[in-house]
Amino acid sequence: MKHVFRLKVGPVAFRIGSDWEAPLAQLRRLYAGYPTPEGICDFTVRVEADKPWRRRLRPSVAIRGDYVLPDAAPLPLAQGLLAAEMGMNLQMALGQRRYLLLHAGAVERDGQALLLTGESGAGKSTLSALLGERGWRFLGDEFALLGLGDGELRPFPRAVSLKNAAADLFADLPEERFGPVLSGTPKGTIRHLRPNDAAIAGMHDRVPPALILFPRFGPERPAAVRPVGAAELFMRLTQASTNYVALARTGFDALTRLCRSVPAAAIDYGSTEEALALVDRLWAAR
Amino acid sequence: MAGPRYLADADVLAVAAEMEGLTIVFHQASGQTHILAPPAPQILAALAGDAGDEEQILSRIGADFDLAPAAPAALAARLAELEAAGLVHRP
Repeated sequence: MKHVFRLKVGPVAFRIGSDWEAPLAQLRRLYAGYPTPEGICDFTVRVEADKPWRRRLRPSVAIRGDYVLPDAAPLPLAQGLLAAEMGMNLQMALGQRRYLLLHAGAVERDGQALLLTGESGAGKSTLSALLGERGWRFLGDEFALLGLGDGELRPFPRAVSLKNAAADLFADLPEERFGPVLSGTPKGTIRHLRPNDAAIAGMHDRVPPALILFPRFGPERPAAVRPVGAAELFMRLTQASTNYVALARTGFDALTRLCRSVPAAAIDYGSTEEALALVDRLWAAR
Repeated sequence: MAGPRYLADADVLAVAAEMEGLTIVFHQASGQTHILAPPAPQILAALAGDAGDEEQILSRIGADFDLAPAAPAALAARLAELEAAGLVHRP
């Protein structure tokens, strides 16, 4: 690869290579202040020309690396940053074996972690990022990494992917923490947000999980809380994990321990403020 | 004439967790996880490393539990499910 950027996020080291400098320059700016890994990286991501002539002619990028999705559509070069981010997600989802990976946002307070998980569009990413700006420490908005031996979370504070109107909720943050506006992506308009200094400084601290919430957003939905029992929690989290099956017995042991020891609830909310109030109430009562 | 005989691995319930009346079983032979409601775990326990036909299974389970008159029909249905899931097989 002609251009290379190396990045450490929590316990994971990435090597991102590209045919072009532009996407990597955007990544360097977005991840300013993050450590540079020493030695061999865990995962390699390649953001490279879809076809050789696509380096110059209507440049389009394909996401490649240690693990690939054969039918992934290429993106225009202007969305190269998104391609790199998707590439990092893909390597984690398909290749991570040291931790039980849960598709969840996570934040820390009082030395303990709150996990926000659920279906795509439930608001877990936005909520975890908002909490991270309101007194909680942001641990991640995409993947929660659960230690297989100790059951503790490893922070993985990647840049937050804010979709469409969600970016408006962070308008008071300094411009230098934002990546470029990426319009016309497969998920609409996306803007990345660098986590704050506290999240970056604490990315190597382990945090025991203390509460798991399944948020569900609906503008017409009345606010509601429903406890989620251990068996239902187990079933839901097997669906939220990208590597539970691959981890076999160790994944089973880690997940059963989590489900037996950590309370969980499903919350419906109609507005962001409603969700934040519910989170505070449930956290106090955990 | 006795019906078919069934058998489960001797360690079929070795990696399992009870949660809210359900039994979550990690099946070591296949690497699959199964969430079982009663009486499926009791049937597995009755067949773990010890093959038996339906009559023998009812007899083994009946030693610990009171069985309803509909138990034979229910047993046949549960055995079909457990066989489809790969947790029991015919030796």
